[in-house]
Amino acid sequence: MGTQYFKGTKTLTRFIFRQQRFKILVWLISLTVITLSVAAAYPSIYKDEQSRQAASFTMDNPAMIAMLGPGYEIDEYVNSVGAMFANEMLLFTAIAVGIMSILLVGRTTRADEEDGRIEMIRALSVGRLSYASAAMIVIVSTNILLAVLIGVGLASLGIEGIGVEGSFLYGAILGATGLVFAALTAIFAQASETSRGTTMFSFMALIIAYLIRAIGDVSSEALSWLSPLGWTVRTGVFAGNDWWPVIVSFVFALVVGFVAFYLQSIRDLGSGFIAARKGRKNASAFLQTSLGLTFRLQRTNIIAWAIGLFLLSSSFGAILGDLEAYFADIEFMEAFIEAESDYSLTEQFLTLLMAIMSLISLIPAVMVILKLKGEETKNLTENFYSRAVSRTRVLGSHFFLAVVVSFIMQSLVALGLWSVSGSVMDEPLSFVTTFSSAYVYLPAIWVVVALTILLVGAVPKLTGVVWLYVVYCFVVVYLGDLLDFPVWMNNLSVFSYIPQIPIDDMNVMTMGVLTLIAIGLSVIGFTGYNKRDIAG
Amino acid sequence: MTILKATHLTKKFGKFTALDGVNMEVNEGEVYGFIGPNGAGKSTTIRILLGMLKATQGEAKIFGKDVWSDAVDIHKRIAYVPGDVNLWPTLSGGEVIDLFMKMNGSTNYRKREELIERFNFDPTKKSRTYSKGNRQKVALIAAFASDADLFILDEPTSGLDPLMEHIFQECVLEAKRAGKSVLLSSHILSEVEKLCDRVGIIRQGKMIETGTLDELRHLTRTNLTIETKEPIPSLKERKGIHNIEKNDSALTFQVDTEEMDAVIRYISEFGILKLESAPPKLEDLFMRHYQGAEHSKSRVEGSL
Repeated sequence: MGTQYFKGTKTLTRFIFRQQRFKILVWLISLTVITLSVAAAYPSIYKDEQSRQAASFTMDNPAMIAMLGPGYEIDEYVNSVGAMFANEMLLFTAIAVGIMSILLVGRTTRADEEDGRIEMIRALSVGRLSYASAAMIVIVSTNILLAVLIGVGLASLGIEGIGVEGSFLYGAILGATGLVFAALTAIFAQASETSRGTTMFSFMALIIAYLIRAIGDVSSEALSWLSPLGWTVRTGVFAGNDWWPVIVSFVFALVVGFVAFYLQSIRDLGSGFIAARKGRKNASAFLQTSLGLTFRLQRTNIIAWAIGLFLLSSSFGAILGDLEAYFADIEFMEAFIEAESDYSLTEQFLTLLMAIMSLISLIPAVMVILKLKGEETKNLTENFYSRAVSRTRVLGSHFFLAVVVSFIMQSLVALGLWSVSGSVMDEPLSFVTTFSSAYVYLPAIWVVVALTILLVGAVPKLTGVVWLYVVYCFVVVYLGDLLDFPVWMNNLSVFSYIPQIPIDDMNVMTMGVLTLIAIGLSVIGFTGYNKRDIAG
Repeated sequence: MTILKATHLTKKFGKFTALDGVNMEVNEGEVYGFIGPNGAGKSTTIRILLGMLKATQGEAKIFGKDVWSDAVDIHKRIAYVPGDVNLWPTLSGGEVIDLFMKMNGSTNYRKREELIERFNFDPTKKSRTYSKGNRQKVALIAAFASDADLFILDEPTSGLDPLMEHIFQECVLEAKRAGKSVLLSSHILSEVEKLCDRVGIIRQGKMIETGTLDELRHLTRTNLTIETKEPIPSLKERKGIHNIEKNDSALTFQVDTEEMDAVIRYISEFGILKLESAPPKLEDLFMRHYQGAEHSKSRVEGSL
């Protein structure tokens, strides 16, 4: 039986590792470097008890709890810079580890199967579960390696308040969370027939886990227990150091992974447990247009992002009421936050929220453009270009769709926040404020979209660079103030130029200049795209 | 009338020269066979003709228009079938056919239905589930349902079963009868022999032979099998005779076409009992050109 199922696993493990080693390396290095550099910066940010005390007040409110997980006791913050660090960094790092696991598992299971690579392997003298086992060995090793790297790294920084046990717990819970999402992705790889479906279901699971935890952490502890991310933030790293969430996550991953293996062993190669639907006999009139096709191919993706963003912004809307009540309770809080009397603290919080949400809505817009490059790689663009369709029209359709998508996403962000917060707040956010604070980010989104056009059009080999830029913008928004970046580093992010409505005034000039830059970059992209060779 | 004319097409990818001065001419109502080994530059040539790659040097015109700058205009009258049809996995075959036809500007639904019937194709399945042959059918149906004047077919029958291959050949001949032109790149030599009026052979980025099949046959050898009353002495020494094999009383050998007359006169002196002659197959020609560079070079020069 062992031979039938697992023969050749060792060779395949090496084979998969070889294929994925670059991705694994980049993930491990970036996660470790970001974690360690942020941790190293903390002692200088919170030098004394007083500053820690001040910061702990800003942590202990519903908005922060919903975003980052339940806080620690105030004296734990005051005693340990580690608690502060863990509260701010743990959940988002865990989500990043989850994303890593989803992408790696999705690629090495369903994507390899869909592209017919597993068929070739299975035709060799290897066991039925060997490829899946090898993929799992690689992902488990990656997560363990990550846990060890971060554990050892944090411990060796020797920061007061970041102890050895806490450091290893921090690493371990990250690895365990990664394994949970790896196992879930493995299940979805059995259920869905496509790699797209697999990653989509997995990301949906990640978002739902985050939302359940957010609502649970604010209102009901029991609800949070249903979410794997709820376990992650209940470790009390650097304070109580609870190891049980690591164990729960690990056991959960083991059970789910085992089920995935069982499902894999009983299904046919290439099939999924959710069957593919039948298609139409004829194309609708809309599908027959260039824009229609572009939309149709990305429809599911766009709708998924729209729902995700709306849910995310609605859940932030839901906690704004709690936030307002909280701010009202503790008036002396205002001593610690910039006291700009003209604007409520909720409105100040809104600006940060909008910056982050806009960066998230940027992702689907960029993906719309990158799809064209993906189509070229898969030799699908020859289907247009061997027919009477111009390059400008195809790229133009993608550009137009990206602009529409950015507008829809920002509208949904504003709508979610405005509608839900309106029902829970005493002084609701005004419709105009909410929507203008969202739309003001559109020019920045367009600049990045145009940058993507430029890359796809003129330097197709470097299209991946746009994600580096998006991540950079995230880092600037999320950590720029915290790590005290020099001005020029903040200025490299186009999002830094956007006025933070309602605190800043609308700046038509900046908006105009950014739009012009977007147009300029697009023109270069379109020109390049019309001049270059199309690979397929 | 010349439909397609390529002059001195050269394409370099970095240092690698994929095409080196390729000339090609396809006339109206003609089926042109484009043959050559893998990696010889067939698909590169076709991609240049489709305006997807830009030639480093030389120019190509279809319907008298430049293939790069007037691509969109030209494509309204072109139908293309690649050898490896890639489809969007989430669209059904029927949707893709409609899409392709619409992108060419033609909407002949009657022809579409007729072809779906002839190729025995189920258009309601998602493209993901189609086998290679069925994906090929999608492109073929869309191509032959269109009102194109030039068909560019790049190994279009790979993956088709023999029955479907036969239907494909019918479609090509119908197109030809309707006065359309076809550029057919293929590895199936029997297919090329059956369908093509003229043939071009490409090797290592260079066109090494062009002409009608008859012209090309002229350059090659005829297979003869003979039996004579008396043994033929010194046949080996005669000019233009190759690969002599002896089976019992019969002799099998190849004769250079230009030496045929002299050879027949010579052997008839020995009392012919049996004479079988097989015309040269395209395959022989093909093999000559495909085999090692040096080998074939000397022979080509020899026969020209």
